[in-house]
Amino acid sequence: MDFINAIVVLLNYTVLPALTYGSQLALGAIFVTLIYGILRFANFATGDMMSFGTMFAVLLTYYFQSKGISFGFLPTALLTIPFAVAMMIFYMLLIDKTVFSYYRIKKSPPVQLAMVSLGVMFVTQAIIRIIIGPTDRRFLDGEKFILKASEFKEMTGLNEGLTIKSTQVITLAVTIIVVSIMFWFLNKTKTGTSMRAYSDNEDLALLSGIDPKRVVMITWIIAGILATIGGILYGLDKSYRPFVYFNNMLPIFAAAIVGGIGNPYGAFFGGYVIAFAEIFLTYAYKRFFVYLLPESLEPNSLMQLLSTDYKFAISFSILVVVLLFRPSGIFEGKKI
Amino acid sequence: MKQYSNVIAAYSIMLVLIILVGVFQSWSIALSIFNYCMISAVMTLGANIQWGYAGLINFGIMGYTALGGLAVVLVSVAPVPEAWRVGGFNMMTSLAIIIGMIFSIKYILKKIKKSKKRNYLIAAIIIIGLILIKLISGPAIENIEAVEPAKFGFLGGLGMPVLFSWIVGGFFAAGLAFIVGKVALGLRADYLAIATLLIAEIVVSIIKHEDWLARGVKNVIGLKRPAPYEIDLQTSPWFINLVEKLHSTKLAAINSFSEKQDLLNQLVIDASSIYVKLCFAGLFLVVVIILLIITQKALYSPWGRMMRAIRDNEEAASAMGKNIVKQHLFIFILGSAIVGIAGAMMVTNDGLFTPGSYRPMRYTFVIWVMVIVGGTGNNFGAILGGFVVWFLWVQAAPMALFVINLFTAHLPETNELKIHLIESAPYFRFLLVGIGLLLIMRFRPQGILPEKIIKQ
Repeated sequence: MDFINAIVVLLNYTVLPALTYGSQLALGAIFVTLIYGILRFANFATGDMMSFGTMFAVLLTYYFQSKGISFGFLPTALLTIPFAVAMMIFYMLLIDKTVFSYYRIKKSPPVQLAMVSLGVMFVTQAIIRIIIGPTDRRFLDGEKFILKASEFKEMTGLNEGLTIKSTQVITLAVTIIVVSIMFWFLNKTKTGTSMRAYSDNEDLALLSGIDPKRVVMITWIIAGILATIGGILYGLDKSYRPFVYFNNMLPIFAAAIVGGIGNPYGAFFGGYVIAFAEIFLTYAYKRFFVYLLPESLEPNSLMQLLSTDYKFAISFSILVVVLLFRPSGIFEGKKI
Repeated sequence: MKQYSNVIAAYSIMLVLIILVGVFQSWSIALSIFNYCMISAVMTLGANIQWGYAGLINFGIMGYTALGGLAVVLVSVAPVPEAWRVGGFNMMTSLAIIIGMIFSIKYILKKIKKSKKRNYLIAAIIIIGLILIKLISGPAIENIEAVEPAKFGFLGGLGMPVLFSWIVGGFFAAGLAFIVGKVALGLRADYLAIATLLIAEIVVSIIKHEDWLARGVKNVIGLKRPAPYEIDLQTSPWFINLVEKLHSTKLAAINSFSEKQDLLNQLVIDASSIYVKLCFAGLFLVVVIILLIITQKALYSPWGRMMRAIRDNEEAASAMGKNIVKQHLFIFILGSAIVGIAGAMMVTNDGLFTPGSYRPMRYTFVIWVMVIVGGTGNNFGAILGGFVVWFLWVQAAPMALFVINLFTAHLPETNELKIHLIESAPYFRFLLVGIGLLLIMRFRPQGILPEKIIKQ
C-alpha cells in the first residue's frame, strides 16, 4: 500500500505536470525547429509569436463569453483556436512578406536574419502590450477537474489523492493529435516531402522543381498552427501574461537544441526532456520517501536536490552540457 | 577633420536633443538621460568589440552587467561581522572545495589519457564535491540569512571605495567570459547567441536566489557613492552661497524675506540633485573617453587588423598562422569586461542593486539594438547608438502621448479607445525601437556611422 501511495505522490506532483509542461514546450520547440530547419534562422520572436496567437484566443474567449457561447464542459478557448490560428497565420505571412523575405532572397547570413527577428520581437511585443496590456489573465472556463483528489481517495482508499486537471488531459490530447497530424503531413504527403527536401538541400530541391515560395508559406502556416495551439494550451494550464511568454522562449530554445535543432522528432522529445528535468530535479521528495522507507530512516530534510528557484537554470545547464558533449543534440540535428 | 564631419554632425544633433529635453522638461531629467546614455555607451563599446571587431555574438550582456553590479555590492558594502561569525568559515571552506575540485579535475585531465576511467573519476569528484558543499554550506547559509533579515542577512562586502568596484566588476565579468568562452565559443553564430543568452539567465538566477551573497531579490540599497549626497550639499554653506550667487537676479526680484528663503530652499534642492548628477556625468565621461581612446587605438593597431582579418575570413587568417581560438577567447573576455564595468557604473549611479530587475529585454536586446543602429565596427557609432536608442527608449512614452493626444483631440475624454491608448503609451517604446531596428537593418545595415577602414 505504501508503495502505491508513493507512486501516486510521484504521479500527482511530478509526472503529470511534467507531461503537460513538456507537451507545451514540445509544440514551441517544433515551431523553432521548423523555422530553423527550413527558413534557416534562430527566431528570437518565438515566445512573442506564441503570445500573439494566444492573445486572440483570450480576446475571443471573452467575446464568446459575453455572447453566451460556450463549449459545454470544455474551455471556450478551444472553440477560438481556428480564429486565433487564422489571425496568427495572417500576421506571420505579413511579417514574412514585409521583413524576412527580403533577407531570404538576398541570401543573407543566418545571423542577420536572427537580428531581424529581434526587431520583429520588439514590434510584436509592442502590439501585444498595446492591444491587451501586460497584466495576468486567466481565461479557463468549463470543468476545472476531471478527477478530484478526494474522489480518487474514496475510489481507491489510498492516503494520497491524484488530481487530474482538465487542462492536463486537454493538453496531452491536443498535442498528440496536432503532432501526429504534423508528422503524417511531413512524412507522407508530397508537400511534406518537398519541405524536408528543401530543408536538407536547398539547391537540389530547387533543381527538382520545388517551389520555394510555397514551401516557405506552408512552413509559416504549420508554424503558426503549432505556435498558437502551444500558446493557448500553456495559457489555459497556467495563465496568459505577455512577459511570461517572452521568457518561455528560453526553455523552448533549450528543448529545440537538446533534441537536435532542425529535427522535429528531436524537438518533440526535447520538450519532455527539459520539462521532466526541471520538475524532477526541483521536486521535494520527502513525502515520497516517507512512504518508502521505514520510520527509523525517515528523512528530516525536504530531500530537494535544488530549490525551485533554479527551474529555468536547470534546463539551461542541460543545454550547456549537451552542447559540450553532443553539439548536434541528443537526436542528431543540423551540424553546428 | 573632413572624414569626421558626419561623426561631429551626429553627435551635435544628439547633444541638441538632450539640451532640448533640459529646456522643455527639466535639467534633472536631461542629466539622468545623459548619464544613462553614457552607461549604455560603455556597454555598446563592449558589445561592439565582440561583434564589430570579431563577429562574435554575445547575447549574454545581461549576465555580465549583473556581475558588474554584484561587484559593487561585494566591494563597497561594509562587511557584516555577525554573519561572518556564524557562517563565514563554512562558506570559505565551500569556496576552497570548489577551487580544489577545479584543480583536481584539471590535473586529471592533464595526467590521465582520455578513457572511461577518466570520465568516471571526474564525475565522482564533481558529485562528492557537490554533496560536501551542500552539507557544509547548507546550515551556514541558513545562519547567515537569519542575521537581521530585514537589514542584512548576507555576508556584506569588503567596505572598500566604490570606484575600485568598477575595476573588480570588469574582472568578474572577464572571469565569467573566460568560462563561457571556453565552453561556447566553438559553436556556430546563432548557437552561440542562444547559449550565451541562456548562460546569462543562469548567472542572474544564481544572483537572484543566493540571498547570502547579495540579499537576492530583497535588494541592497544605500550603496556608497563616489559623489556627494544631496542632503549633505543642502546643508553645506558653500553650496547654498553658490546657488544664491547663480540665481541672484531672480532672488533680488522678491521682496518678502520668507518668500525669498522658500525660493532659495527650493533652488538649493533642485541644484543639489543636478550637482550630484553632474559629478556622475563627469566620472562617466572620463571612463567613456578612456575606453574610446583605448578601443580606437586597438582598432587601428596591427592587432585590430588581425581581428578584422579573422572576422572576414577565418580560414585565410588561420592559414597565415593566427590562432583563431585564442584570439576569439581573448576578445570575448575583453568585451565582456567592459560590459562588466558598465554594470558596476550603473549600480553605482542608481545607488541600489536589484537583481530582480535584470531582464534580457532591457539588458541584452536593447543593447544589441544600440550596437546595430549605431554602426558595427565603429566605436563612435557604438557610442552614438547607445545615446540614440537610450534617448528613444526613455522619450518614447512622452512622444507617443503627444501623438496620441494629437490624433484623438476630437474625441471626448471619456472615449474608451483614447483612455486605452493613453494607458498603453509606455509600450510604444518597444514599437519605436523595433521599427527603428528593422528600418536600419533594411536600408542601412552597416548602421548610422558605418565602419571605416583607414588604409595605411
